[in-house]
Amino acid sequence: MASLPKIPEYKAEWAEGEAGRWGIAIDMDLCTGCQACVAACSMENNVPFVGEHDAGYGRQMAWIRVERLWEGEYPEVKATPFQPVMCQQCGAAPCEAVCPVFATVHSQAEQINLQVYNRCVGTRYCANNCPYVARVFNWADYSNYPEPLANQFNPDVTVRRRGVMEKCTFCIQRIHKATDQAKAEGREVRDGEVQPACAQACPADAIVFGRLDDPESKVSKLSKDKRAIKLLEDLGTQPRVTYLKGGYHGNLG
Amino acid sequence: MAISASALPHAHAEEHHAHDHEAELRREHLMLDPKPRGELNAMVMESMTSTSWKFWVVAGILAVIVAVALFGAWGYMISEGLYLSGKNRPGYWSLFLVHTVFWVGISHAGTFVSALLRVFKVEFRRPFTRAAELMTTFALAQAGIQIFAHMGRVWLAYWMFPIPNQRQLWVNFQSPLMWDFLAINTYLLASTMYLFLPLIPDLAMARDRSTGWRKSVYRILALGFRGTEAEWTHLRIALNIFAFAILPVMFSVHTIVSWDFAVAMRPGWSSTIFGPYFVIGALQSGVAAVGMVVIVIRYTMKHMDYFIRKEHFDAIGKLMLVISMGWAYFFFNDYMIQWYGGDSFTDALLHFHEAGPGGWIWFMMLITNVAIPWLVLWNKAWRRNPVLLFSVGLLINVGMWAERYIIVPVSLQINRMPFLWGQDFRPGIEVPIFIGTVAFFVLLYMLASRFLPLVPVWEVQEGQMAHSIRRYGKEPVVSVAELE
Repeated sequence: MASLPKIPEYKAEWAEGEAGRWGIAIDMDLCTGCQACVAACSMENNVPFVGEHDAGYGRQMAWIRVERLWEGEYPEVKATPFQPVMCQQCGAAPCEAVCPVFATVHSQAEQINLQVYNRCVGTRYCANNCPYVARVFNWADYSNYPEPLANQFNPDVTVRRRGVMEKCTFCIQRIHKATDQAKAEGREVRDGEVQPACAQACPADAIVFGRLDDPESKVSKLSKDKRAIKLLEDLGTQPRVTYLKGGYHGNLG
Repeated sequence: MAISASALPHAHAEEHHAHDHEAELRREHLMLDPKPRGELNAMVMESMTSTSWKFWVVAGILAVIVAVALFGAWGYMISEGLYLSGKNRPGYWSLFLVHTVFWVGISHAGTFVSALLRVFKVEFRRPFTRAAELMTTFALAQAGIQIFAHMGRVWLAYWMFPIPNQRQLWVNFQSPLMWDFLAINTYLLASTMYLFLPLIPDLAMARDRSTGWRKSVYRILALGFRGTEAEWTHLRIALNIFAFAILPVMFSVHTIVSWDFAVAMRPGWSSTIFGPYFVIGALQSGVAAVGMVVIVIRYTMKHMDYFIRKEHFDAIGKLMLVISMGWAYFFFNDYMIQWYGGDSFTDALLHFHEAGPGGWIWFMMLITNVAIPWLVLWNKAWRRNPVLLFSVGLLINVGMWAERYIIVPVSLQINRMPFLWGQDFRPGIEVPIFIGTVAFFVLLYMLASRFLPLVPVWEVQEGQMAHSIRRYGKEPVVSVAELE
């Protein structure tokens, strides 16, 4: 009897410290804060524009944000380096355990954290429990664009309606395209063959995407760099995004 | 040296005094002021059926508020989206959750007060247990409305029910929301049964004293209760089981409500003391609400001035004072432990509570939950003053609302990513929906008061039979017989 296909578990099954499959390394010394990744991500993933009023009230829906903080009192102000933050695709994701309807689950194949829009009922508990505040919610039907604008949507990605949660997927549609291509040609995915929109758009190549389980890949090497840190690593979430620490930019850098 | 010029007390005056004392006891305590059973039954029946036009005016206004502010606004929000409410990032949860916890808190104390007083055989409980139990059921209905309004896609709410289905989906029992859902449903079922059990003899009484549609409905609801010895025995056993069982259920259910917050990875929420802190908070708001309900029915319904007396205000006032002290203790514990933990995000949050834009709410919470009850409820005369007791009850509920407000939207503004700390919080359509649930609660209560005997008259009769005043020499002494 053929063994039954394994049903994906709600959370990570691997041990702490294991690398995971796909990962990102971001060099904060290279990032110029140009926001090209934000724009590219929004276009690739059909992230809607919420308008000036709602954006001002904290309802922006961009899946990636470029963080920058200022330290100290004027005029002695130091700017922290630019830090693009997206879903960290945690190995032990706090968002997954709290969803009452399994709308956010861990995928066996890609080992990333999936958001199943069709299953989401909008309790927003996952967003509260995300230490990186990486999730955004469709407060309204923001994607109801007037007719010529609706043609800009990417046909590979769902358009979400009101009342569901969403977040960065590491451009899973691109991962699938590349793995399908590689499978058809009977080989493994080559390093650099698949890039999420943010990495593709980055003019400084500050964002590097690749396989963490391949020790020869660029992202694996960068993740073991001596400058490598992970966000809120002490929480034990096992994030799959590595940051390469940058220096301060001096006065108002 | 001043000279006392009062007359010497003599035997006759002392006898007169003793007689006064007995009259005072009878005036003070319902249990010592018995009336014939038929008269009591007639009073309760009359309190249900004598409805003035003012009742229907108030009920009509409330019904309009419910239709417009609750169902109108909610329906509009369902069709438009949650952007009508005041939520944003990082304030993913806000007033709907505040009001859910608010109503769940109020509901918990109704059954709890009734069961606790019944378990300890506290005699003054007899006339108002049902008023408290009804509060539980109706407040839980409001909590349900609030939690459904909170959902992004409420039309899929049945996906949270663990029922076998062709969607091949199951619910996640790891989620605290799932525990919450099951716990509140358990409590709703248990408290409704606990409400119904002592209602059966009263429904049978009403069935035997009514005509028309009332009689036919009471006949079904009374389950053919005739008052035989076997029926009373079964009722007593069942009531005893429920009264004891519902106390731990109440504690566990509100602890589970607190776990929605306490098990989350958030500064200010992941506090191990949240369980008992929420339980005492529920009692704090709920006992205050019982006091308010008892005062309102005392002054609006016919014959209630006989059943509900100053002694009941006094007793509820004492309970409010004790629970306010308990709340202060747990609040201090929660604050102390979070502060002592020294986590920098928690420190920032505690600072934000007191000194942020909502700081005045934090101080208002302490004033209305602690300072005012402690100052007012010490005084016996003030406890027995209905206006004052009602005001304190209202203020305690405002304070408990503020406590939940601090825990949900204010605490959500501070997270572990300072880039996304919030300052701005605007209440939106939650406000009319909350006003609508308040109106709905009062409306349900008013309609129920026309149909269900708000006083458990058989319990009052039982208590009056058990109590008597004996004389030892000239001194009247209250004696209570153990009936069960």
